[in-house]
Amino acid sequence: MAVTVRPVTRPERDLAVQVYIVEVLKGLGVTFRHFFVNLGRHAAALAGVKAAPGAVTIQYPEDPPALGGRARTRHRILRRSDGSPRCTACLLCETICPARCIRITAEDSPAVVIEKRAKTFEIDLGLCVFCGNCVEACPVDAIRMDTGDLDIPAMDRRSMIWDLEKLMRDG
Amino acid sequence: MAKITLNGRPVEAADGTLLIDVAKQAGVAIPHYCYHPALGNPGNCRMCLVEIKGAPKLMPSCRVRVADGMVVSTESPAVAAAQSGELELHLVNHPLDCPVCDQSGECGLQDYYMSIGRYKSSMVEDKRHFEKRKPVGPRVMLDQERCIACTRCVRFLAEVSKTHELGMFGRGHQERIDLAPGKTLDNPYSGNVVDICPVGALTDRDFRYQVRVWYLDRSDTVCPGCSRGCAISLHTSTQRPWHNGARRAARIKPRFNPEVNGYWICDEGRYSYKALDRDRLGKVLKLKPSRAELSWDAAFSEVSSRVKGLLEDHGPQSLAVVASGALSNEDWRSFKKLFVDSWKLVNFAFDPAPDQAGEEDALLRRRDKVPNLKGGAALGFGDQIKSLPWESLAHSIEAGRIKGLYVVDRDLFGVWGAKTPGLLEGLELVVFQGPWKGSTGDLAHYRLPATAWAEEDGGFTNFEGRSQGYRAALPPVGDAQPDWRIFEGLLAGLRAGRAE
Repeated sequence: MAVTVRPVTRPERDLAVQVYIVEVLKGLGVTFRHFFVNLGRHAAALAGVKAAPGAVTIQYPEDPPALGGRARTRHRILRRSDGSPRCTACLLCETICPARCIRITAEDSPAVVIEKRAKTFEIDLGLCVFCGNCVEACPVDAIRMDTGDLDIPAMDRRSMIWDLEKLMRDG
Repeated sequence: MAKITLNGRPVEAADGTLLIDVAKQAGVAIPHYCYHPALGNPGNCRMCLVEIKGAPKLMPSCRVRVADGMVVSTESPAVAAAQSGELELHLVNHPLDCPVCDQSGECGLQDYYMSIGRYKSSMVEDKRHFEKRKPVGPRVMLDQERCIACTRCVRFLAEVSKTHELGMFGRGHQERIDLAPGKTLDNPYSGNVVDICPVGALTDRDFRYQVRVWYLDRSDTVCPGCSRGCAISLHTSTQRPWHNGARRAARIKPRFNPEVNGYWICDEGRYSYKALDRDRLGKVLKLKPSRAELSWDAAFSEVSSRVKGLLEDHGPQSLAVVASGALSNEDWRSFKKLFVDSWKLVNFAFDPAPDQAGEEDALLRRRDKVPNLKGGAALGFGDQIKSLPWESLAHSIEAGRIKGLYVVDRDLFGVWGAKTPGLLEGLELVVFQGPWKGSTGDLAHYRLPATAWAEEDGGFTNFEGRSQGYRAALPPVGDAQPDWRIFEGLLAGLRAGRAE
């Protein structure tokens, strides 16, 4: 898949920006404002005074992220009771996908009742925008985004593409 | 002429025309399944009901002929209720497996469901079950459950191909399309039943599961399969290259042309698209004495100077040109300009036999399996300029009278068989120009890639002398150029050589 590039114009850099010192001080101002506001809130909480809660840093990845129940996370392909993928290769998810990250090829299924099945099924997680349209479009509930898994980075783009076997691991 | 009122609008039509046709010409589309202009009007689908003033009931517009003063409504509440009710009945036993159905996207049931369907069905009973996947022939797959019993396929096989392979069997709830005992749907026009099936009951085994129809691009073109020149639409899949087995051309559908092919095409033509993605040439190559890739300019000047040398040494008798009716009208013109007017050659061979002749019948197929012999004949090829008999061409090569051969899109192995390499070995210059790799191309000194019919604009003149234009459906493969451009390039190369 080709990567498309959109040129963006940079904002003008006037003298105050170019000497840096003003901008650095502005930035430090923000940092210190947050530091003291949070310090005050935590101190108030310790003292038992009711105030807005102070910010807490989550130590990800040591601490797992707290996800909402409806959070859309990495996809999985569900299995039928006999272990075969539920996918019938109707290509509705591929058709609706706004990021064009799904690639399916179809073939005849040996089972007459099901007729069609996926020969290959790939999701490029590097392109996926996690919109969940594929889950909505699926007429047979074959794809879900409920694994809770967000640890999908890889060392190269090719490894970001998950095939059917990988997607069915927790199906 | 009959003057009728259609939806409050005055419309004129010839007496005796079917009301459904009159409405179509007036821009009013009446839903229908069983009616087909070429296959008659059994009136069994009941989708085309319209209200005619004075008639006691709604009338099927495919069975009513217009008469003067008729007042017709296709939009009244009664018509809408009747049509959506009929559609509900058609859907009673339809499996609604649209997601895996190849017809999905071009299906009569889907289209009418979206426009006039009742979104809630009152059916609660189970659907009946028949055979879902029955290969009725080498090219057609039958799904009896999806069938709505319009009988278009039965009528096509009875009236057009006259082979009677399919029929309606059973009665009432058990009525279904099936093969007649002992028959297989393998007539040379079997693919047409897929086109006329308004639902997904008959699908093409070749196209099955290759690509969904909404990913296809359609181009109007002309079939190059024989001298009939049927009007066709070439469907290509280039938006998502992993579909359709990574091939660019996906299928061929007939395009209505009452003067040439009507609504039909033969299976030979239907599956000829496969060649477009097989064994194609895309590089300008010099193969002998050593293999090297050339630019077009270099190839033009090298080939034309070698031809010039050959003609100066041995005269215009020494170079023969092999061509075929696969050239377009435009190609033939430049062909003549180069070989006859400029190079003054006299030895040409373009007779379709034996390698480009095949079966013919009374319906569409012609014996000459090339589209444009007439285009050449219009410029004198076949009349003033005769095609050399292949045997005498072979003798001339063996006797050393012919020292060079220019082959335009023809595999000589089809003509001379196993003795071809021996004949070509002894020649001083062999140039091969064409879209397809062939054994002949490998024996040439120069191999020039040309575009196939689907990759160029042009025109074919069929055996009746009817010229039809066609449009490019695909970009050329690699560096390939249309044949006429190659001829013009060689002509320019020769001129440049003279100027030196």
